[in-house]
Parts: sequence; structure tokens; C-alpha cells
Amino acid sequence: MAFAHTVGGTRYVFPDLRTLLARASPFRSGDALAGIAALPEAERVAAQRALADLPLRHFLAEAVVAYEDDDVTRLILDGHDATAFAPVASMTVGQFRDWLLSDAATAQALAALRPGLTPEMVAAVSKIMRIADLIAVAAKCRVVTRFRNTLGLPGTLSVRLQPNDPADDPRGVAASTLDGLLLGAGDAVIGVNPATDNVETTIRLLELLDTIRGRYAIPTQTCVLAHVTTTLAAIARGAPVDLVFQSIGGTEAVNRSFGVSLALLAEAREAALALKRGTLGDNVMYFETGQGSALSADAHHGVDQQTLEARAYAVARAFQPLLVNSVVGFIGPEYLYDGKQIMRAGLEDHFCGKLLGLPMGVDVCYTNHAEADQDDMDALLTLLGVAGVTYVMGVPGADDVMLNYQSTSFHDALAVRAALGKSPAPEFAGWLERMGIGTEATFPPALSPALIGLG
Amino acid sequence: MAEPPAGLRRFTAARVALGRAGNALPTAAHLDFVEAHAMARDAVHAALDVAGLAAELRALGLDPVVVASRAADRHIYLVRPDLGRALDDASVARLARCDPPLALVIADGLSATAVQRHAAPFLAEALPRLARIDVAAGPAVIALQGRVALGDAIGAALGAEAVAVLIGERPGLSAPDSLGLYLTWNPRPSRTDAERNCISNIRPAGQPYAQAAETLAWLVGEMRRRRLTGIALKDERPAALSAPAASGRLGEGR
Repeated sequence: MAFAHTVGGTRYVFPDLRTLLARASPFRSGDALAGIAALPEAERVAAQRALADLPLRHFLAEAVVAYEDDDVTRLILDGHDATAFAPVASMTVGQFRDWLLSDAATAQALAALRPGLTPEMVAAVSKIMRIADLIAVAAKCRVVTRFRNTLGLPGTLSVRLQPNDPADDPRGVAASTLDGLLLGAGDAVIGVNPATDNVETTIRLLELLDTIRGRYAIPTQTCVLAHVTTTLAAIARGAPVDLVFQSIGGTEAVNRSFGVSLALLAEAREAALALKRGTLGDNVMYFETGQGSALSADAHHGVDQQTLEARAYAVARAFQPLLVNSVVGFIGPEYLYDGKQIMRAGLEDHFCGKLLGLPMGVDVCYTNHAEADQDDMDALLTLLGVAGVTYVMGVPGADDVMLNYQSTSFHDALAVRAALGKSPAPEFAGWLERMGIGTEATFPPALSPALIGLG
Repeated sequence: MAEPPAGLRRFTAARVALGRAGNALPTAAHLDFVEAHAMARDAVHAALDVAGLAAELRALGLDPVVVASRAADRHIYLVRPDLGRALDDASVARLARCDPPLALVIADGLSATAVQRHAAPFLAEALPRLARIDVAAGPAVIALQGRVALGDAIGAALGAEAVAVLIGERPGLSAPDSLGLYLTWNPRPSRTDAERNCISNIRPAGQPYAQAAETLAWLVGEMRRRRLTGIALKDERPAALSAPAASGRLGEGR
């Protein structure tokens, strides 16, 4: 179906829904690289006005990636709940935006609506929202998940402790982990990206993290962010796996490029559930996503990167994850060029994830070939804190020495918690208190490095 | 204020035990970070000293040809990786077909600093080792605003049996000058990263020149015996010889 709108005397025509969504997207380098960005600016506002007039029902009639070709589209449309959708079924995208911002859209109303929303509806409304709108609506969403603690409660902001080491040296990982614990990080997960993705390394790191967690009795979960097949092999060999990690995207083809399928993710979830390691809940999956991943795998089907990112969240929500985060600035400047683009994308991702019911975190980050610096990260981190982000990353000194990019530090997380009056997850906050971890920069006896062999 | 336990620093190159100024970094640690970021940014934007590099290569017995990708400047290079993978028209004419066994491409990539510092000293170690297995490496092609896959276009133009691309890796704060090497059998423009083998972090403080040169000679020997590169070759190599990142992490454009 074609759409059209006239701006400044020029009539702009958009042949189908995916083109309309792409042209309505605020500018970012990845959509220009794909050749689908609006040009000139007037075309963007024409697309935004046409999109604002589009009934939400239309998203159930026209898919951006063909139903027959793509299992993510089938997951989205087959799983749509018409009853949950009913309260907004007669709205246009523009009316939906106004409703989201109104007092009628309470936390309860937003939660009840989730199964009735498709990722394309959520992406569409985000394209006609400003940053302030994205923050205001996300802040109303409540998403709580549990494994060994409770994440996402109002007034909390959690941290993934990311103790990566370029050689997967267990002592290096342990040292960074202790540094982070001393600075109050680790309630979301203690999660290592392995430098070498093989079963032996993964098992060695899993055992190390489990030892640290056990020795200090930390109410949190651990994860080695290996490929899902590596984690399945580790489970088969009896390794202590709390969470199954995987990078995912918004089309069947991008997931294939990651070496995964929906069936494989389901199998991995069953395997992790069977271990029964969660004490408070059974959210056992951890997903990472990022705008641009589908284009970089040539798996984008002409759909804009922000809409595809929202579709990745439809994959995530099918597996009831404990944690989901966008790695917003990691994929590079050919997708998000500078601090401005990274900032908007981070807030869009958080908004879309939360509206779809995900425990959404953001890796607030950039690479050295992007036009961004730590000031941009401070701004995005603070805005996400106001928006109620579930968790952010904690990397020693904000410098990941294995992945060669800059994220947020343990210090940054402390600063934003203090500025916004946020606390860690309650079980973890209690542990920090029992251990005597506070503002002192020395190790309390209970957290002595010697207890794990770092004398 | 009590100092943090600096003992942790013995175990990791990560920025641990930095201390605290309230919830922020102490001034010295803050400025250390700013300095490292400036070095990495400068490495990304540094221009390659082509004359200097060419002179070093001539001293090794190579007579380099200089070519350019279709990315006209650094900004275009950063936002249009597709153009960094394609040869510009003028360059195509400079590459005469000579059917070499192993063409060498030296590309600025994301760190001209890395190429300037490490390409020639690495080749000084690698060329004799390749000669010992009867591989006369060359010709050498210096490529400006080049991505890894530009080597496929160059290799195809030369009629090369294989191509080794030496390229500046994405700079991190701890290492703005990491040199990467990508080896591709039967180079042509449709090759994917899964069809290459990679030796990364070539620099004295990372993978030393001689060690990387040994690895390259081993890979080239196996490549010529089995007539392929990529995942199929990786599987039989020792763990120390890493292939392109294949972890669960989202990929980054090369």
C-alpha cells in the first residue's frame, strides 16, 4: 500500500510501509549507508506526518519483511493478542503517541497493552517522539525480572559488571571483578565476554565466576557471553551456567548470520531452566542487540535499522529474559556516526524495549572512530537514568581492554545512582551493607582478594 | 582518604584500583583516560606517510605501487565502508596482472599509526620465512583509505593466488597501534570474512613481529597445500592463532 503527504508544495509518495518507516526515521548514518534515509529534510517530515495519520491496525495487515520469508515476522504476527490490543485498536500512530504521554497510560495500562503491540507499532511511534517523550513514557513502564535477585524495581538502577580480559586470564577477570564489587557493581550480572569462544575457556571462566560468587555469597548471577552453542556444550559438561547469552537481531537472516534460530534459543532456554539455579525466579536468558547489526550482515530487507532493532525485541520477549541490552555505540560510526545519533538511538532502544515489556539495559558506549567522547556518554547515561533504565555496564575505568571500546565505568554508575537517588537491586544492596562496602576505597576484610587467591 | 588496593593492578591491564574523588575519578586517572583517547583519535585520523613507508619497503627489496580506494577522504571512509572496499578507477590501471603466489597489501585501515610503525619491521621478519618455503611475496601495494576487502579487488587485478592484507586495526585506548593481517586464498570481490585467516594485534607489546611472522609462514604453507583459507583452515590450528572474532558479541564492520 502506498502513502503520500505534501510538504512545502511537494507531494512525497512512499510505496510501502517499510519505506514510510525508513523515511520517517530521524537521520542516522546507517540508514544513509543502506540508501533508505529521507532526503531532503522535507521528505522526512512528510513521512512523519503520513505515519502519524496511519491507523495502528495497518501494522497487522502489512509486514515490513514478508511473512513467508521470515520467522521473526511470523513470531510477531502469530503471537499478536487482539484482546490486549483493543484499547488502542482504533488509534492512529499520532493518537497513540498522545495517549502514551497522557495520564491514561498508567504503568498498569502499559503492562496490559504489551501483548497487543508489535515492534513495528512501537518503532513507528518512537519516530514521531522527541527525546523528552521517549524518556517520559519509558519512565512509566514497570518491568521486573528475577533470578537470584530482583531487577527493575522502582528506584533501582543495576549494573552489569564486565570484567573482560584480552587473554581470558582468570586472575585478570577476578581482579576486575573485585574492583567492581568494591564500587557497588554487579547486581544485574557479573558477565565476561570471552576473547576466545571455545568450550574450555568458557567452562574455566564460568567456574571462576561461580567460585567468586559463592566465596563472597553474592546475591547475583554470572554469565560468560559465549555463543549459545558454546554455552549449551558447557551445560552438557556440567558447567555452572546461570544465564544463557546470545546476540540476536530483527530478521531470520541476521539471526542465521549469528548462527542461531528461534528453535535453538528455545532449546538453550530449556537447558538452562533444567539446571534450576535461580533462587527467586526463572528468567534465564540474556540478549544483546544493536542498531546496524542487520545491515552489517546484509540481512536488512530494506528496513531501517531502528525498526529492525525493535523487531529484535520481539525475539527477546519470546524467551522471558532476565536482561536485554542494546550495545548502542559499539557497532560503529557507519551506523551511528556521532554522540547525537548514539544518544537518540540509546533512548529509542530503551523506550521500545520497555514498551514491549523487556528488562531493558543499555551499553552506553562508543568506539574511537566515532565522533563521540565521555561527555556524550555522561549525557546519555544521565538521560537513561531519568528514563528508568534497568541496568548499564560497569567496565573498569570505562575502558574495555578486550573489546577495545569505551563504555560506562563503575564510577559512572555510582555517580548516576547518587545524582538520581537510585539504589542497587534490594538483595544486592543488603549484601553491600553486610560486607561493609560503601564509600571507603579499601577492601573490607569480608571482600579480601586473598579469599579467592589474589594475595 | 585511604588508597585503593593497587595490588590488583598486578593481575590485569584494565583500569582497576583508580581510587575515588567522591563518585568520580581522581584527577590524574581522569586525565590518563583523556590522553589515551586523544592518542586513539589521532591514530584514526592520522594520514599515512606514503613516501616514508615506500622507502622502508624498498629497503626490503619490495617496489611498492600506491593505490587508493573509492573513499575520497577519512569522513567518507568512516561512513561508507563499501567505498573503502572498492578500488578507484585510476588505481586499477596501476595494477598490472603478474599472477603472483602471494600479493602484499599494506592499507592504512583505522590506524595509519600502526601501519607506519609495524608494517616494515614485520615484513623484515616475514619475507625470509616465506622465502624458506619458496614463496616470493609481492608485489607490495600501499592502499589508502582501505578496508580489509580492498585486498580482494587488488588481488584479483594482479591475478594473485593469495593476498595478505596488513592493516591498521580499530584503535583501543590501551593500543592505538595494533596491526592486523588478513590472509585470503583466491582473492576476488565476493569473499567474506569467514574465508580469511587473521593474525591480530601485531606490535612489540602484543604479538611480536617474529612470532606473527612464524604464524604467517605456517598459515601460508597450509593454505598452499590445502588451497583454501578461512574457517576450514582455522580448525586445525593451535588456539594461539586466532581467527576473526567469532564470539557471541555483535560484529563490527571491517
